[in-house]
Amino acid sequence: MTRPAGPGWLIQGVLPYGEGPRVDVRLVDGTIVEMGTDLSAGDCQVLDASGQVLLPGFVDLHTHLREPGREDAETVESGTRAAAAGGFTAVHAMANTDPVADNAGVVEQVWRLGAEAGHCDVAPVGAVTLGLAGVQLAELGTMADSAARVRVFSDDGLCISDAGLMRRALEYVKAFDGVIAQHAEEPRLTVGAQMHEGEHSGRLGLTGWPSVAEEAIIARDCLLAQHVGGRLHVCHVSTRGSVEILRLAKARGIDVSGEVTPHHLLLTDAAACGYDATYKVNPPLRSQDDVDAVREGLADGTLDVVATDHAPHAPQDKEAEWGAARPGMTGLETALGIVALTMVGPGLLTWRQVADRMSERPARIGRLLGHGRPLAVGEPANLVLVADTAWTVDRRQTESRSHNTPFHGTTLPARVTATFLRGVRTASA
Amino acid sequence: MTRHLLSAADLTLADATLVLDTAAELETILATSSVGKLPTLRGRTVVTLFFEDSTRTKTSFELAAKRLSADVIGFAAKGSSVSKGETLKDTALTLEAMGADGIVVRHSWSGAPVNLARHVRGSVVNAGDGTHEHPTQALLDAYTMRQRLGRVEGLKVTIVGDVLHSRVARSNVLLLHTLGAEVTVVAPPTLLPVGVGTWPCAVSYDLDAVLPTSDVVMMLRVQRERMGVSYFPSSREYAQRYGLDVRRAERLREDTIVMHPGPMNRGVELASEVADGPRSTIVAQVANGVTVRMAVLYLMLGSAEPAIGVTL
Repeated sequence: MTRPAGPGWLIQGVLPYGEGPRVDVRLVDGTIVEMGTDLSAGDCQVLDASGQVLLPGFVDLHTHLREPGREDAETVESGTRAAAAGGFTAVHAMANTDPVADNAGVVEQVWRLGAEAGHCDVAPVGAVTLGLAGVQLAELGTMADSAARVRVFSDDGLCISDAGLMRRALEYVKAFDGVIAQHAEEPRLTVGAQMHEGEHSGRLGLTGWPSVAEEAIIARDCLLAQHVGGRLHVCHVSTRGSVEILRLAKARGIDVSGEVTPHHLLLTDAAACGYDATYKVNPPLRSQDDVDAVREGLADGTLDVVATDHAPHAPQDKEAEWGAARPGMTGLETALGIVALTMVGPGLLTWRQVADRMSERPARIGRLLGHGRPLAVGEPANLVLVADTAWTVDRRQTESRSHNTPFHGTTLPARVTATFLRGVRTASA
Repeated sequence: MTRHLLSAADLTLADATLVLDTAAELETILATSSVGKLPTLRGRTVVTLFFEDSTRTKTSFELAAKRLSADVIGFAAKGSSVSKGETLKDTALTLEAMGADGIVVRHSWSGAPVNLARHVRGSVVNAGDGTHEHPTQALLDAYTMRQRLGRVEGLKVTIVGDVLHSRVARSNVLLLHTLGAEVTVVAPPTLLPVGVGTWPCAVSYDLDAVLPTSDVVMMLRVQRERMGVSYFPSSREYAQRYGLDVRRAERLREDTIVMHPGPMNRGVELASEVADGPRSTIVAQVANGVTVRMAVLYLMLGSAEPAIGVTL
């Protein structure tokens, strides 16, 4: 955001929201200044993007940037570079760093590192409880009032299992329009859990992570949010039962939103059969029926957003026995391709709806100004271009510092060709 | 081509039969041999890599390898680099550099032998991984059944106890199904895994209903620490409902055999009178363990082309 404004860009021949007819789009001083046909280049740099889909820049509600603490796995700089390559113009950096982002100092540090790198906006997520310990509220208001303007609070990785504490958190953040993003996992039901509890866990001898451990917390939290009039966001929804509970809660008018990860849209627990910990993730990969359900939920809007849960890990933390390996997968650079494969290709989402699920709604949930805006003159030039060019994921070729993608070797039907952050190009294919 | 024995499911009917037949031949040969030893694996190196204590299984494999004249190296996890934070991958690379032909691995994490096999050129034999599998135990159990009852095919085998956490149960269900036995697992519902209904076996909560028709009753070790997390209320109640006591043993058919992979909790899953009685095959199982493991090592390492196992 400190980059000087250039002479601007003229992007030619794009399809806004994937819908015709083709238009040229001029970006000057960080803003969309003109949309029309046969625009003259003037002193603008010209980008021929004939037939490509133009969408508002993606917003990720769930990114692990690992800095401070695990700069060997990812830094704010490398993670946001990966985000830009994936078409994101803003990411929410999760709080489970070392030290934990449970105070204004850490969230401002992360926010500043993001601003300095300039690849995409970084909205730090504040921890709900001190040290993610699930006991005492962190200074949520101070983080909200800080330069980082924190609005999303989460103990992600750990569930706020204490119902009384969760109630107070949902209540407290109402004062500054905050949202509690819950990692829904009843800890007493997931002691030692390694993978989805089902046929495969039984055969593989890996302790099961039952769907009910997620669903029970979501049901409880929806009722708590209703009771106190608070705003709840459910991280990485992975089961059919969770989708059904959210559908019911929304019908009741409860202010709840839900996200689904790209990996839960594609992969199943069968991937665990070779004990390759690349496929170890929390919540775990579920059954095909659950995959079908989260796709349906994303299609009908019960699940509001696609969020990556980008979780980079150093090789030694993944190249281990399944039980000893860390859970998590990278996802920023493949998210759009997976959504194209699982949702757009089968006709479950239009490109306009992709804009809604990957940009507009996450920006609204995170209360991010300037993101998720319409493709219209006068709006911020936070944009992504998507081409229907098939490509094959290669884990060695990443902007992320880590290589733990579960999609290595998968051919995806679409890719990001360019990302613009306030009119500045931050990624090119 | 390197082949591994990671799961009982790696063995076809022909493979499993070959192991059992080979074990029988080895037993005959050794009975008539004056030195009690065969030169078959001379010059081959077998490493026993035990990340988890198990004196009996380790000893059994080492004895088997030595009786085939292999060079045997015990690579105990405790006191070695393994306990100092060395990763499984590093251990594998070390063994690789040392030129191990066969690696017998015991690990507390399910799937660790699979992970190990991806990093080495030697053949990996799973000697028990977490709550996953213990294929040579299943082979020695099948061998013992054949020895005592003359066949495995068509036998009604009842496996009783902590199926959820038992690698012995998993391997036995798979192997016995391959060999044509009819398996029933019996346990309190808390000690059966979700999805057990898809296993190639029947499932029952009622031991008394299954015992009269059983040819083989295999009692699994129940760990007392499971009580602490409410898998069952007390060892007394467990013994009453799922233990093979004298009263229950009296209702078994005359030729029914009682097996236990050891080590057993006398008086909990198995009464001492039954464990030490004529139906018990517990001591024979230990002896057969060495013979069957000789057969496995011989078939995997005895020639350039392994006769059994899976490739990764």
